[in-house]
Amino acid sequence: MKRREMKWLALALAAALPVGLLAGCGSNAAGDGQQGAAADNTQTADNTAAGTDAADTSGAGTDAAGGAGSVYYLNFKPEADAAWQALAATYTEQTGVPVKVVTAASGTYSDTLTAEMAKSEAPTLYNIGNMSGLKDWNDYALDLSGSAIYDERVNDDYVLFDETGAPKALGYCYESFGIIVNKALLSEAGYSLDDIKDFDTLKAVADDIHARAGELGFDAFSAPGLDGSSSWRFSGHLANLPLFYEFRDDNVTEQPATITGAYLDNFRKIWDLYITDTAANATNLDSSTGDESEAQFGNGEAVFYQNGDWEYANLTSADKFGMNPDDLAMIPIYCGVAGEEKAGLNSGTENCWAVNSQASAENIQATLDFMYWVVTSDEGTTMLAEQFSGIPFKHAKASNNVFGANASAYASAGNYTLSWAFNHTPNVDSWRATVVTALAAYSADPSDSNWDKVVEAFVDGWAYEYNVVNG
Amino acid sequence: MKLKKKKTNDGTAVNSWLIRRPIKRWFPLFVLPTFLCFVIGFIWPFAQGIYLSFCNFNIPRDAQWVGLSNYAKAFGDASFSHAFWNTASFAVVSILLINLCAFGIAYALTQKMLGANLFRTVFFMPNLIGGVVLGYIWSMIFDAVLKHYNTYLTSNASYGFWGLVILVAWQQIGYMMIIYIAGLQAVPSDMLEAAKIDGANSWQTLTRVIIPNVMSSITICTFLTLTNSFKMFDQNLALTGGAPSVMMNGAKVNMTELLALNIYSTYNINRNWHGVAQAKAVIFFLLVAVLAIGQLVATRSKEVQQ
Repeated sequence: MKRREMKWLALALAAALPVGLLAGCGSNAAGDGQQGAAADNTQTADNTAAGTDAADTSGAGTDAAGGAGSVYYLNFKPEADAAWQALAATYTEQTGVPVKVVTAASGTYSDTLTAEMAKSEAPTLYNIGNMSGLKDWNDYALDLSGSAIYDERVNDDYVLFDETGAPKALGYCYESFGIIVNKALLSEAGYSLDDIKDFDTLKAVADDIHARAGELGFDAFSAPGLDGSSSWRFSGHLANLPLFYEFRDDNVTEQPATITGAYLDNFRKIWDLYITDTAANATNLDSSTGDESEAQFGNGEAVFYQNGDWEYANLTSADKFGMNPDDLAMIPIYCGVAGEEKAGLNSGTENCWAVNSQASAENIQATLDFMYWVVTSDEGTTMLAEQFSGIPFKHAKASNNVFGANASAYASAGNYTLSWAFNHTPNVDSWRATVVTALAAYSADPSDSNWDKVVEAFVDGWAYEYNVVNG
Repeated sequence: MKLKKKKTNDGTAVNSWLIRRPIKRWFPLFVLPTFLCFVIGFIWPFAQGIYLSFCNFNIPRDAQWVGLSNYAKAFGDASFSHAFWNTASFAVVSILLINLCAFGIAYALTQKMLGANLFRTVFFMPNLIGGVVLGYIWSMIFDAVLKHYNTYLTSNASYGFWGLVILVAWQQIGYMMIIYIAGLQAVPSDMLEAAKIDGANSWQTLTRVIIPNVMSSITICTFLTLTNSFKMFDQNLALTGGAPSVMMNGAKVNMTELLALNIYSTYNINRNWHGVAQAKAVIFFLLVAVLAIGQLVATRSKEVQQ
């Protein structure tokens, strides 16, 4: 080999080194390209025509023959990942439109979303949790009005509208939480669900079970752990009660700059019940985990367990706790507010679909078609019913989730639903952290002065975080 | 007759013109891959980071220039200055503790004793465990201990602070010990012998002969512990995550939050704070750079040439 050739060979080899390193980053895009090409082969639609059609996003778009478009769904719920992957594969098989589903690891959704949106192959379909999420992503959220998928919704309860009133994110499922009851244990203790109508009756039943815990072999409430894996049940979900009732009284519909904490005495009542009528040691709840609490309920060591309908699969599946669905029910959380015997469950959603408005027109159309197919096709509605409890679409199939059925039963019996007032919380993780610190200190030493700290974390913390977010 | 390979390891070959000339001519080519990686993985993100600290952005692509307002916000943030003082006191305590313990153990393990190598290995091992894992393990240990006293790790800011000091000391002492052992072994034995003959006691030997001779190890170890303390992130996140979080004079403070964690949580507030977090990171970089260079200059001047 001549010297000059050697030189070029060496140069090429040297240049190949970093290329090899970077190949890892590019492989996804390359894979998509191939899939896209494969899709082109199966589709006969004229690409250019499809492109101009797709620009009209308000089109009904029931036919999936969108041509070059593809869907990239950034999924928010890790527990539903396998189901989404399977559904995406079915859709690709039927229509040839590539659907990529990526699921962010638990607790990392916003980081993942930011990183993915910065890429050239950005998600076309993603999740917006609440109004403050919409504020961050409004520039990337397509106005859904007039689209076929938007017209499939049953009402506006689970739609996020931006400041101009345009629907930007559409809830695809809603969830309910309350107190999960083991009816079998309750009757073993000599009670039935009919004995619990409001806070006083709940307290009477729980106090009695706790007093007889030694003889019964189980206690009233599972551990109210304040470890990070469990504290959201209280700083988030239980805190919804005082927030909901306050906002209902004051007709609050937007994020308020300050709150009064008018119902915090009620919050204290129910929290006192949780930390008293339990086998858990209240002095160090901070290291008590969610798994621990779930296992206490799942293994029949506690009658009551505050959580949501997403627990249904864990509690009933044979490889986890294998509880009998007939033994399970979800009742409202009572806290001594007047008229609460007509309360229902706490229902709302953090699962709202948004379509990336900065994606290409073909991809937007492909995404809208995919969403429409998910909520109308047999495969899609089956999957939604299996994975989620409440599905706010016209063609939804009935879910077998007992707790979801409880939620509907309360609503149809005329009980008021407690909407998710906590979706208004400013800088939510930070606000909750302060509340958890104060709650843990109060639980270790339930004095009035420690409760004042909880109130301070609630009320002053809200005002502070509101200024942080909007300042 | 067997062919015997001749060993040519006398170093002259490297100095030969025949070898040096191609190296001289071709080195840019061989540096190129590494240099490209360095640009892509370090210089470019660094430059972009500085640029973004002057911008308001959700994702870097739609950054809007806002001038110095992010810096104004960063300096006006009470949680940032609280985190700074936390970090400063943490750095002072951990630098002293780690270096004293590491030097002491290294000194003990360079004496003639049974099982010295085994002990060196054991002391070094905590360094092989990642920070997040350590943080979770130690939070369980501390909570299990504190349970006996009816309390818990995040009930009190000083538990969290000293917990972090213990964790970091446990993790880093072994590493610094290895560096000190290398330094101690390099102290010329003739010097030690001379000191002995001159009648120096062991304290005098330590302070007048050994320490001046291991000054270069002390430089590197204080540099490492200083920068490690300031950059402390994963252990902080996993051990307490900044808790307890309390309201103080109408402002919220994460009592055990150090600087890096503060920057991280600032970024996660919402899109208006992304640029502020970036500005804090730039301030943080300058701070660590100034401190580290200052410390290097100060301890270097005490090093002796052998």
